[in-house]
Amino acid sequence: MNKIVEKEFFSENVAKIVLEAPEIAHSRKAGHFVIIRIDEKGERIPLTIADGDPEKGTITLVVQQVGVTSAKLLAMNEGDEILDVVGPLGHPTHIENFGTVLCAGGGVGVAPMMPIVKALKAAGNKVYTVLAGRTKELIILEDEMKQHSDELVVMTDDGSYGKKGLVTAGMEEIIQREKVDKAFVIGPAIMMKFGSLTTKKYNIPTDVSLNTIMVDGTGMCGACRVSIGGKTKFVCVDGPEFDAFEVNWDEMMMRMGAYKTQEHAAYEKYLQTVEKGE
Amino acid sequence: MENIAKYILDSRKEDWRLELRKSMKAKERTSLEREAMPAQDPHVRNKNSEEVNLGFTEEMAIVEAHRCLDCPEPTCTIGCPVGINIPTFIKKIESKDFLGAAATIKETNALPAVCGRVCPQEKQCELSCFYTQKLHKTPIAIGHLERFAADYERNSGKMSIPKIAKSNGLKVAVVGSGPSGLAAAGDLAKLGYDVTVFEALHEIGGVLKYGIPEFRLPNDIVDVEIDNMRKMGVKFRTDFIVGKTASFEDLSAEGYQAFFVGSGAGLPRFMNIPGENYNGIFSSNEYLTRVNLMKASSDEYDTPVLYGKNVAVIGGGNTAMDSVRTAKRLGAERAMIIYRRSLEEMPARIEEVHHAQEEEVEFMNLHSPVEYFADENGRVNKMRLQKMELGEPDASGRRRPIPIEGSEFDIDVDMVVVAVGVSPNPIVPHSLKHLKMTDWGTIVVNKETMQSSIPNIFAGGDIVRGGATVILAMGDGRKAAVGIHNYIQEKVKAG
Ligand SMILES: Cc1cc2nc3c(=O)[nH]c(=O)nc-3n(C[C@H](O)[C@H](O)[C@H](O)COP(=O)(O)OP(=O)(O)OC[C@H]3O[C@@H](n4cnc5c(N)ncnc54)[C@H](O)[C@@H]3O)c2cc1C
Ligand SMILES: Cc1cc2nc3c(=O)[nH]c(=O)nc-3n(C[C@H](O)[C@H](O)[C@H](O)COP(=O)(O)OP(=O)(O)OC[C@H]3O[C@@H](n4cnc5c(N)ncnc54)[C@H](O)[C@@H]3O)c2cc1C
Ligand code: SF4
Ligand code: SF4
Ligand code: FES
Repeated sequence: MNKIVEKEFFSENVAKIVLEAPEIAHSRKAGHFVIIRIDEKGERIPLTIADGDPEKGTITLVVQQVGVTSAKLLAMNEGDEILDVVGPLGHPTHIENFGTVLCAGGGVGVAPMMPIVKALKAAGNKVYTVLAGRTKELIILEDEMKQHSDELVVMTDDGSYGKKGLVTAGMEEIIQREKVDKAFVIGPAIMMKFGSLTTKKYNIPTDVSLNTIMVDGTGMCGACRVSIGGKTKFVCVDGPEFDAFEVNWDEMMMRMGAYKTQEHAAYEKYLQTVEKGE
Repeated sequence: MENIAKYILDSRKEDWRLELRKSMKAKERTSLEREAMPAQDPHVRNKNSEEVNLGFTEEMAIVEAHRCLDCPEPTCTIGCPVGINIPTFIKKIESKDFLGAAATIKETNALPAVCGRVCPQEKQCELSCFYTQKLHKTPIAIGHLERFAADYERNSGKMSIPKIAKSNGLKVAVVGSGPSGLAAAGDLAKLGYDVTVFEALHEIGGVLKYGIPEFRLPNDIVDVEIDNMRKMGVKFRTDFIVGKTASFEDLSAEGYQAFFVGSGAGLPRFMNIPGENYNGIFSSNEYLTRVNLMKASSDEYDTPVLYGKNVAVIGGGNTAMDSVRTAKRLGAERAMIIYRRSLEEMPARIEEVHHAQEEEVEFMNLHSPVEYFADENGRVNKMRLQKMELGEPDASGRRRPIPIEGSEFDIDVDMVVVAVGVSPNPIVPHSLKHLKMTDWGTIVVNKETMQSSIPNIFAGGDIVRGGATVILAMGDGRKAAVGIHNYIQEKVKAG
């Protein structure tokens, strides 16, 4: 049992959740994730550890509501307990002093980017960060990111905040005026695909963090498999970060849709029961 | 081993045994037919998840026990990897001392209700029974009798809890809660150690829980054993990955004197053929985990699973049988086994193959997939098969399958389960840089003590054997418990 000690909404559908998990808080590094199961009947879902405090024994998750489990999680309150939290999983991010680094985060991908930006800065890099979202309400963690970046650019699709345009426009703008040595792109699969096509144009080595469907997170099931450079890899144990230019994006997006029909039906049903309950 | 043999022979000399032997002529005993295990009707059971075998009644068990000749040289015991005193427990059943029979089994096997159900008896105890070897008759139903005794004890509410030595306050960690870990933990607790079992998943039991389906091994049965271990003082920590949540060093610093690693062979193999990553193609681990551990086929649970009309399962082992029979139960119209050799070479338990046949599973032997195709959404809709023929025996002694050129043809499938084997789980080896490993990724151990190249780390089960059986895993766990005990005692003596 892991108690929720703090919860704060960043926007209607995105919240920060701080959890008691002393061992994980002690062992985690940037890039690690956990798998949680809310209750006996719950699904196991992966979430990146956005931050951690080994002294207090807590970890921070940033969760976007996209379906049943994330909705149930966001409906929980401070003091509530999550049945299972296991981790830290995956390889930590490879951090070194690359020189100048471009970090592009889209949507909830900003959460996993947080610890990476922090670690890159601490390793002596010059860090340029691009935050992107469809609209103003979806831009999260701006202040925290600014604090660890040399420069921060905000992009919104509709121009309601920062500059108007896609994440790739913000990336190009920086690439054209700075000599970028390394890029990290994290967000929805489609954004990572186009973000890495952009960096590829300029031959900038790029890492992405893949968010496939998972079950166990320990390499046991193969649900998370993707093709990397033509070879099948398991995201939970071989990743979650990979060389962006090696990823078979179309296959990955296809695999993420494996349960679409069931997920949508379950979500509709859930939303209806919630409405009835009110 | 010599001590066991002597003990087994000595117990044969007891008065009650002599009398029992005299009470019926050997001829009469051998003229009895083997009792058939009552089972659910195949056409009913292939639509539910209840256990297939219903278990012997007391009468059946007693009749079957009469068949056993209480041989002067009970070869059956040699076939059992943990050396159960088989004639003694069977004769106790004959004399209606069912609890005594259970106690006899439990001297060497901590999970008789499990082994009675899942051991490949036809290759072990029952293979070396006098009936099979010398009389060329169907052997004594040792597995069914073992299950009977264990179930009787459990249902009687008089489960015996083993004697526990006085606590010595020394901490030992067990990594993984599969049969090897449970066996090691049980024996270490009996020796007075303060044992904690760490398990990566949210459930205790390893493959017994996430792999083997309810219709073959109900979870309740495993849970009763685990509760018993709790009563013996064994502690369990779920959601804890040793090497990740905490390192071996962290745990050593917390006072753990030694480790037993029973982390299993949980890494699924794929065939690396084109199209294998399409949706609707699962590893057997994923498919069985979704259904067994996550209860995905129940509406009340959130985890989804796909349902197929035409399901192909690749492989011929227990895992393949469990997957194909699960698919049938979840509504498949065609549930097919695609196996590259013939029925004879199938590694699955023979009873499971029979059960699958009765449940209308189709067997396409001497076939192997070469490619998969999908619809516009990426869901598999066709597979290409190639016919095979058998050549000379290979290293495993089984005849090697050889593809027949030009024999390819396509069949419609909307779900595929790949059950072609597993590799050792790499998490522990990765977290211990200096651990000596084989080229196959298994941990190298001393076969007597189960000690690895790192003195305070012992290992057993599938992480050492690379995919074996429940009973072999348990045997390893028990050996390792002795190895750990000796290791710690020496360390304590040395101060
Ligand atoms: C390593 C890793 C780290 C992750 N970190 C985070 C994180 O920090 N914060 C966070 O909010 N999410 C994160 N995710 C994604 C998160 O696991 C999914 O959003 C979650 O599983 C959805 O569960 P659900 O039941 O709410 O929705 P589901 O019912 O499973 O899905 C609803 C719909 O959401 C979409 N969807 C499904 N899975 C994903 C996915 N993996 N990513 C994006 N969209 C998806 C699909 O269109 C689907 O139909 C991470 C995933 C991985 C693999
Ligand atoms: C579907 C299926 C059917 C089978 N049917 C039969 C059968 O009928 N008869 C038979 O005899 N055998 C059968 N087997 C084989 C048998 O189940 C295995 O040989 C046996 O379970 C091996 O036991 P183990 O203790 O080595 O590991 P496992 O049972 O594999 O358990 C290992 C456990 O360790 C955990 N773990 C791994 N790494 C860590 C870590 N770092 N920290 C904490 N925990 C960790 C895993 O989560 C897992 O729970 C079957 C196997 C499968 C998959
Ligand atoms: S443990 Fe297995 S091999 Fe040994 S007697 Fe029982 S069923 Fe036979
Ligand atoms: S070999 Fe067969 S008949 Fe003889 S004691 Fe063993 S089980 Fe009984
Ligand atoms: S989530 Fe099961 S292998 Fe990666």
